[in-house]
Amino acid sequence: MSAYADLIPVNILTGALGSGKTTLLKALLRAPRLEQTAVLVNELGEVGIDHHLIEHASESTLLLENGCLCCAMRDDLKTSLLDLHSRRERGEIPRYERVVVETSGVADPVPIAYTLIAEPVLMHHYRLGNVVTVVDSVNALRQLERFDASVKQVALADRLVLSKLDLAEPDDLHSLKARLSALNPAAPKLESESPGLDPIDLLVADAYEADEKASDIAAWRHRLVSAGEERSSPHEALEAHRFTFDRALDWTAFGIWMTMLLHRHGDRVLRIKGLLNVAGVPGPVLVNGVQHLVHPPAHLDAWPGADRRSHVVIILDDLPREAVERSLAAFNALVNPAGEARGPRAMAERARASAA
Amino acid sequence: MCSLCGILAGKGHWTESAANPEVFDGRDERHTVARERQQRTRILNVVLAHYGLSVSDWAASRYVLRSRTGRSALVANLNELWAEAERLLGRPCDPLDPSLLSELSRAEAAAPRAHVGP
Repeated sequence: MSAYADLIPVNILTGALGSGKTTLLKALLRAPRLEQTAVLVNELGEVGIDHHLIEHASESTLLLENGCLCCAMRDDLKTSLLDLHSRRERGEIPRYERVVVETSGVADPVPIAYTLIAEPVLMHHYRLGNVVTVVDSVNALRQLERFDASVKQVALADRLVLSKLDLAEPDDLHSLKARLSALNPAAPKLESESPGLDPIDLLVADAYEADEKASDIAAWRHRLVSAGEERSSPHEALEAHRFTFDRALDWTAFGIWMTMLLHRHGDRVLRIKGLLNVAGVPGPVLVNGVQHLVHPPAHLDAWPGADRRSHVVIILDDLPREAVERSLAAFNALVNPAGEARGPRAMAERARASAA
Repeated sequence: MCSLCGILAGKGHWTESAANPEVFDGRDERHTVARERQQRTRILNVVLAHYGLSVSDWAASRYVLRSRTGRSALVANLNELWAEAERLLGRPCDPLDPSLLSELSRAEAAAPRAHVGP
């Protein structure tokens, strides 16, 4: 099987109806490095894209037997991607190096991500790349109040792109940014009209892209460290929480804990992103999970700065932070006894303090 | 596929360092697959004891999950393990369950390294 980094990356471009996804996509595809990009869209009514590798797919969702909504496979996506791949291999279409899936405005992006990570055939050809969510600065606050799909689109994003900034009221924009930070502190908030908007940073730079990985992880770490400073209302069910650990984590215990947590509560753990100091591993280890699924861990040769602490941001949907924190500390204690000077209880205290 | 047992080789699980050599190959020399699997079964047995279950390594490729009543299941990785554990028990295995966490604390206090140390 191909190494994970050698698989064809698939970016998900999502955002509410009319938020400006297609406009952004058209701008991105002009970048020379993105010429060999295939595009899958499923909103036929939207403005067409002049691109030589564009496919249309109707949305049809295949629900798995376990009935879990977040584990629903997107059958249309599977069919379209496999068809694209076989045509690529037969030489009927150019050898694209990347795929962008532009979702419909009301689509829940989680089943799309799930399909890419877990579908047994797709997983040997493709991997999930950055999820880019376009946020309509004028309407997003209202959409986030009313639509679960909008919240998930934001929570799942690796990059948030704010559109229509010139039309937004400054106060509303401030509230929107605070809300976005509370929902997903790990994602940078970029501006669609900014001349500095870099297509490579949006789509290509991720933890598995060798050329971009170091800078992406450094930026990531900065956001993880500063995460949790902007909080939404205490009554908000879905919220991002930052956990910080001073001492190295045991990878085996962490894996047992995380698989158990995601098995039981994956539908309420929308996203896990973290940079971990793993005992015995010289550089930081990056973990990235979407509901029940976890990407293979990625690794950086050296730490981006002097800070060696582990930082994990977990977006929880109506699951108490304290319970998650206590649970992780208890599992860690099985390999790092509390009797030591910097034991897990102290660690939990620090985690609590850093979240305040 | 293993010619002796007929088990298909699956894609390595994200928790297994052998499946992620790019991340874990730089670890110190004392770390081996066998040691990691031993460590994993030790920690799991502390957790599973709460449910009256136990686990052991099987040919360094699978884990055997057993209940006190003699029921057993062969699982490939931790994802399958939790699903099978719940099936054997007929109830959820919740890592946030306060009674489980209290028991883990007691286990740790009673024998800090007996269960999991190398």
